[in-house]
Amino acid sequence: MSKTDKSKDLIESGQVEEVAANGLLHRRAFLKTGAIVASGTTILSATAAPPEVDIWSTTAGRPPEAYGNRSEFESDVIRDAFTPTISVGAGASRTPHGSLEGIITPSALHFERHHNGIPNIDPDQHRLLIHGLVDQPLVFDLESLSRYPLVSRIQFLECSGNSRSLDADQPVAGSAQTIHGLLSCSEWTGVPLSILLDEAGIQTEGKWILAEGADSSLMTRSVPMSKVMDDAIIALYQNGERLRPGNGYPMRLFLPGWEGNASVKWLRRIKVTEGPTMTRDETSKYTDLQPDGTAQIFSFQMGVKSIITSPSGEQSMRGPGLYQISGLAWTGAGRISRVEVSADGGRTWGEAELTEPALPKALTRFRMPWRWNGGPALIQSRAYDETGAVQPTRTSLLSERGKQYNYHNHAIQTWQVSSTREVSNAYA
Amino acid sequence: MHMRKLLALLLLMCPFAFAQEGPGLGVPASPEEVAGWDISIGPDGENLPLGSGTPAQGASVYATQCLVCHGPNGEGGLEPKLVGGHGTIDTPNAVKTVGSYWPYAATVFDYIRRSMPFQLPGSLTDNEVYALTAYLLELNGIIDEDTVLNAYSLRAVEMPNRDGFVWAWQE
Ligand code: HEC
Repeated sequence: MSKTDKSKDLIESGQVEEVAANGLLHRRAFLKTGAIVASGTTILSATAAPPEVDIWSTTAGRPPEAYGNRSEFESDVIRDAFTPTISVGAGASRTPHGSLEGIITPSALHFERHHNGIPNIDPDQHRLLIHGLVDQPLVFDLESLSRYPLVSRIQFLECSGNSRSLDADQPVAGSAQTIHGLLSCSEWTGVPLSILLDEAGIQTEGKWILAEGADSSLMTRSVPMSKVMDDAIIALYQNGERLRPGNGYPMRLFLPGWEGNASVKWLRRIKVTEGPTMTRDETSKYTDLQPDGTAQIFSFQMGVKSIITSPSGEQSMRGPGLYQISGLAWTGAGRISRVEVSADGGRTWGEAELTEPALPKALTRFRMPWRWNGGPALIQSRAYDETGAVQPTRTSLLSERGKQYNYHNHAIQTWQVSSTREVSNAYA
Repeated sequence: MHMRKLLALLLLMCPFAFAQEGPGLGVPASPEEVAGWDISIGPDGENLPLGSGTPAQGASVYATQCLVCHGPNGEGGLEPKLVGGHGTIDTPNAVKTVGSYWPYAATVFDYIRRSMPFQLPGSLTDNEVYALTAYLLELNGIIDEDTVLNAYSLRAVEMPNRDGFVWAWQE
C-alpha cells in the first residue's frame, strides 16, 4: 500500500477526525498520515507521470545573471496598480497574496502607496536633518548612518486603508490581492531612531516628532516620542538590499505594527515638537469617522487580523479532495497566539497550525488541512493575539463603528467556494 | 572576578548602562540651515511666514493653478472636492472637505505650500498660498470676502470641525 493510499484510507475511515464541520481536519493531519500535499492539489487524483526527457534537460542553459530574474513562467505574478487619471503619482499597487507563500514579500511585490509619485533620489545628495526641541540640531548622510549600530527585524507593513472594500453593502468581486493587498512583510534593517535622537539631545518638552519625506508631496506625519524611543528605526535595507525606490530609497521611517502611512518614506527631516503638528495626512486623511460625527485621530496601531490566501478569491478549485488552507495572520500588538479556521461560515471552528517563525509584528503563516467534498463552503479565518484581542466579525465591527470609518478594517472575511469550483468574496 | 561582580552590580543598578550608542557622526546644523528646511506650520499657526493674500487674489491663482483638477469653486472634478459638505459629517453621507472636516486652518496653508499644485509643488509664493487659503476658507463660508489673511489673521480662524476629533492614542 502506498503512502497516498494509506492516508486516503485513514481520512476516509475517519481515523483523521474532522475538527470542525464541512471537512476541516486536525492541523497535524498531514503529519499523522505522512502525506505532504501542496496547497491547491489533491492526493486523491495524484498519478505518477512516466519519465521523459525534456528540452531543458538536453540543451545548455543560460549563464549566471548579474541581477537575478524570476522564471518567465511567473511573469503574471505582479502587483496591480491603481493609477488616477491625471495625478498618476497619487496611486497605489497591491501585493498578490493569492500567489505567494511563506511570510516574506519579495521587494518587487511589496505594496506601494504614494502621494506624489516615486522620487529619484541621489543617495549622495540626500540628507536627514534632526532639529526642533533638541540640544544640537544634526545632519546625517547615508554613509554616516550606515556606520551606526544596525538592527534587523522581520515585520509587516499595512496601509490602514487595506480591506476597506469590506465596508461596502454588497460584497465586491475581488481577490486576496485586490481586497487585502495593501499589506506586505519584509526584513527591515536600519538604525534605531533613539540613538540619533539621544545624540541630538531631546529636551524635556519634546514629546512628539514630525517626520517629513523628500518626495514632491513632502508628506508629513506626527509620531509620539514613546513609540520613537521604543522601536522606531530609520530603515536603510529591505530584504537584504537597499530599500526599493517605491519603498523610500534611500531611507524611511519604520514604525513596527503601526499604520503604513506613518512610516514616512524618503525621510529627510525629523522635528522634535511638543505636540502633534496636525498635518493634512493625520487630520483630513487617516482619521476614522464614527456615526456620531466625531473621528478617531492617531489610531496608529493595526488591529489583530488574518486572511486566507489559498484558496482565495478569483481562484478555482481543481476538484474535490484534500487541500491545505493557507493564510496570514498579524497584529500591531505583538505576537499572534492562535488562528482558527471555519468552513461553514463561522458556525464551527478548528485550530490552524502556526508555522515558524511566528514573530512579533510580522506576518505569521497558518495552515490547515481541508477535505473539500465538492459542495458549497464558506471559509474564514479568525486570529487571536497575545494580548487576548480577537479578530471581530464584519457585522460586529460595522455595527460598532459605522460604515464611514474608512480605515483599520480588520474584520473576518469570507471566501465562498461554490460547487462550480469558483472562489469569491462573500458576506456570511 | 572582582570586575565581573562590579559589572553585574552596575547592570542591576542602571539598566540603561549598556544602551546602544552611535559613533557620533551627526554634523551640527546652524540656525540658518535649519530655517531653510523648517517649513512645517503648527496647528496654532506657529512658523507661519510673512506675507498676505485675499480671497479675490486667491480666486485668480486658483483659476490658473488648481481649477483643472479641483473644479470650479473647489467643487471637485478629477480630484477631491475642497468646498461644501457642511452639516454632513454626522450623517450617513458625510462629505469631508477642507471646510466641513479639517480641524485647523493653518494646515490648509501648510499643505498647499508643501504639496500643491500637484504637478509643480513648491512653485507658489507665500503670498499666493495665503491668497489660496483665503479663497478656500471664503468659499466654505469660514471667513468673509474682505479678510486679508496673514500670519495673525490665519491664527485667529476657527474651523467648524475643530472639536470633531477624539484621540485614539493614549500614552
Ligand atoms: C494635477 C491635478 C491637481 C492640481 C492642478 C491641484 N491639485 Fe490639489 N490635489 C490633487 C490630488 C491628486 C490630491 C490628493 C493627493 C493625495 O492623495 O495625497 C489633491 C489634494 C488637495 C487638497 C487636500 C484635499 C483634502 O481634503 O485632503 C487640497 C487642499 C488641494 N489639493 C488644494 C489645491 C490647490 C490650492 C491647488 C492649486 C494651487 C491644487 N490643489 C492643484 C491634484 C491636484
